Amino acid sequence: MEIAGGLNDGTGEMNESKVEKSAGQDIKIKVLFFARARDLTGVSETSLEMPDGSTAGDCMRNLLVKFPSLQEIYNSMVLAINEEYAAESTLLTSKDELAIIPPISGG
Amino acid sequence: MASAAAEMDLVDILDASSGPIDIARYVDFVRDPAAGAIATFEGTTRDTFEGKLVEELRYEAYVPMAARRLAAICAEARGSWPLLRLAVAHRLGTVGVGEASVFVAASAVHRAEAMEACRYLIDEVKASVPIWKKEVYENGEVWKENKEFLERRAAHHEMDPAHELKETSNGEE
Repeated sequence: MEIAGGLNDGTGEMNESKVEKSAGQDIKIKVLFFARARDLTGVSETSLEMPDGSTAGDCMRNLLVKFPSLQEIYNSMVLAINEEYAAESTLLTSKDELAIIPPISGG
Repeated sequence: MASAAAEMDLVDILDASSGPIDIARYVDFVRDPAAGAIATFEGTTRDTFEGKLVEELRYEAYVPMAARRLAAICAEARGSWPLLRLAVAHRLGTVGVGEASVFVAASAVHRAEAMEACRYLIDEVKASVPIWKKEVYENGEVWKENKEFLERRAAHHEMDPAHELKETSNGEE
């Protein structure tokens, strides 16, 4: 139907080359573990080599393989990227600092 | 943000060698001739948890992020109330039972604003500043977990799942 033709014009955009060729180099992520996360992994930091385009969640899945004990806090922890709270969907770039933040208890 | 306001905020994360919090220093920092009120909150460490005797408490922080969050919550408080000066200090390392682990001070022209801001700041410290406390007992130790953090996390996960049903309605507080 033509009634709202203008609204349907968006389809052409799909041809845009948004999907970059992911031949990019791996990115290097620094990971910090605090408090209980450090106790569970036995280390206070590590580094990950991840494919370009990886998210914080991708890193987290990688860490859960590397340190299965982190599963114990996975349902209560949050992530921070470069000192700000961040969602798992956040895209990472090389040299980002990803912190595993178990439940805080300041005060 | 406004550096003029930032100069009126004192945020300290005190390392293990600092000793007890110098309460007078922070109260004096917020003292202001224009202020009609100074509200303060001192959080102190308890000696028992679920009947177990606590021997000591050990605090640690993600220091640069904690400092950044503290500055941010001071800015948020300034966005909500007309305030003169703010100070927040948190100790790290071992804190003896009964000592202050955290101190908040706020000054304002009138007491209501000072008291509400003081309450807001300590509540936000509990909910969002990356600092951790381990309680050490005679036969064991445990990382504590603030309910304010867990509640906020749960709320975010309800609000933020994969589906994109983002209502842009009023409901903010």
